[in-house]
Amino acid sequence: MRWLLPAGILLLWALAALIGPELPLTPNQIDLPQILRGPTLLQPLGTDDLGRPVLDRLIVGSRTSFLVALSVVSVSLVIGVLIGGLAGYAGGWLDLATVRLIDVFLAFPGILLAIVLAGVLGPGLDNLIIALAAVGWVGYARLTRAQILSLRRRDHVLAARALAVPAHRILVRHLLPLAAAPLIVEASFGIASVVVAEAGLSFLGLGIQPPAASWGSMIRDGVAYMLVSPHLVLAPGLALLLVVLAVNLAGDRLRDRLDVRG
Amino acid sequence: MAMLPLAAARLSAALLVMLGACTLVFLLIHLVPGDPVDAMLGETARAADREALRAALGLDAPLWQQYLAYLRGLAQLDLGTSLTEQRPVASILAERLPPTLILATASLVLALVIAIPLGLLAARYQHRWVDSLAMGFSLLGVAVPNFWLGPLLILVFSLLLGWTPVSGMRQPGSLILPAVTLGTGLAAVLARMLRNSLLEVLGDDYIRTARAKGLSAGAVLWRHALRNAWLPVLTLIGLQLGALLAGAVITETIFAWPGIGSLMVEAIQARDFPVVQGTVLLIAALYVLVNTLTDLAYASVDPRVRAH
Repeated sequence: MRWLLPAGILLLWALAALIGPELPLTPNQIDLPQILRGPTLLQPLGTDDLGRPVLDRLIVGSRTSFLVALSVVSVSLVIGVLIGGLAGYAGGWLDLATVRLIDVFLAFPGILLAIVLAGVLGPGLDNLIIALAAVGWVGYARLTRAQILSLRRRDHVLAARALAVPAHRILVRHLLPLAAAPLIVEASFGIASVVVAEAGLSFLGLGIQPPAASWGSMIRDGVAYMLVSPHLVLAPGLALLLVVLAVNLAGDRLRDRLDVRG
Repeated sequence: MAMLPLAAARLSAALLVMLGACTLVFLLIHLVPGDPVDAMLGETARAADREALRAALGLDAPLWQQYLAYLRGLAQLDLGTSLTEQRPVASILAERLPPTLILATASLVLALVIAIPLGLLAARYQHRWVDSLAMGFSLLGVAVPNFWLGPLLILVFSLLLGWTPVSGMRQPGSLILPAVTLGTGLAAVLARMLRNSLLEVLGDDYIRTARAKGLSAGAVLWRHALRNAWLPVLTLIGLQLGALLAGAVITETIFAWPGIGSLMVEAIQARDFPVVQGTVLLIAALYVLVNTLTDLAYASVDPRVRAH
């Protein structure tokens, strides 16, 4: 029962993102006689300042946030696990250098570095993903390193080393499976922060470019018409809030289920 | 470790991190494809004009020379000259820093005013409706993005009710909405942390003793539990101040609050790289400074920390 609400929202999000392109949507069709209409039977969420249907843009925006979240989290996870795992297992100067590098990245709070990187790279979906992944790997690297450090003296690892099992095999077969649970939990919360970060960058005009839709840029465009047509800001914001809430709730449940402290 | 060597060690570590941060920002701006000269003059500029500007900015020197010049400048607090305003970046930053500090302080105070009673009540009445309500607020507060909360607050309190100014910081009351926008997320995180920390402490022996000698539940919570539950919250505040500074970038932009954050967004849009560089480094320096001070405060409050 406690899974039902977050699972339902997440399913709807994924479904809208994946089958969106198959639906007969007209998210970019400008219809000037129909601007800033409130909700009607034909257009359940009304139209925006160019007469485009808000519901269609919301569905296309869900695809943006879903794809960005998925790619950023998986790229960050792979890079982070690779760097953190190597540093933790190898130890010595490699580990020291990695820790220093992580500390330097952590000196930039939140999405600050991603904002600058996105600004320097210029807008666009690819650059958005690069900017967020360039910042995102740090948390996973730190976590993986800490996990590997606490696991590397376990008996089964020492046994494997005594049997001359090569290092990469020990790392992949004997260490990473044990470190997986906290990484999965971290990645699930990571989805929420990437969704917010994508929307935030698009809100600042540094992410998705028009006419492509992102919930963040929809909020940005809607702010100017807030008094006349509050639905332009309410709809994408509510979608964003529900997805983040659902991801966080699911992450909490996952953490309890996998028995990860945090 | 005694306090003084500890402080020296922490401060030198912080300086090393800042040196790394300066290098990272330098590399970021200089190695990323895209020519700042093109960005400033546009594609149609004449070759002679490009070369003149390139030389004026020092961009024609080898990268390592540029890097050394950059570090030498930083050591003298010289952050270069703004490309759009033709003024030293340092003096622009000095103008825009106070509004950000005011906003951050107001948000932090607001967050504490909300989080402390909420955390105490939730822990005191665990699993009752007060607790559910507080934790519900906490879940929502963490999930609501500030670039949505800000416009909503403007809609309700400025446009519909007319109680507060829409933007800027000249009028009285203009601090309220930005502070609420920025402080809500922090309040949510802190309330949850305080509740959990209190609940952990409440199982300890000295709490049982305090109860056994007949102290009221409120006094036990306020005088005994809170003091020990406070430490993890203090560390979290240090870390969350970073989130506050990063959040200020968006919040200041929404409310046209003339601080470092809105300066950074303006500079990115104008492709004024020296200013972008200055704002990021200033925010990073503030963040590293606050965390180093939090660490030291923690060590001076809790002797157990000093032992490690």
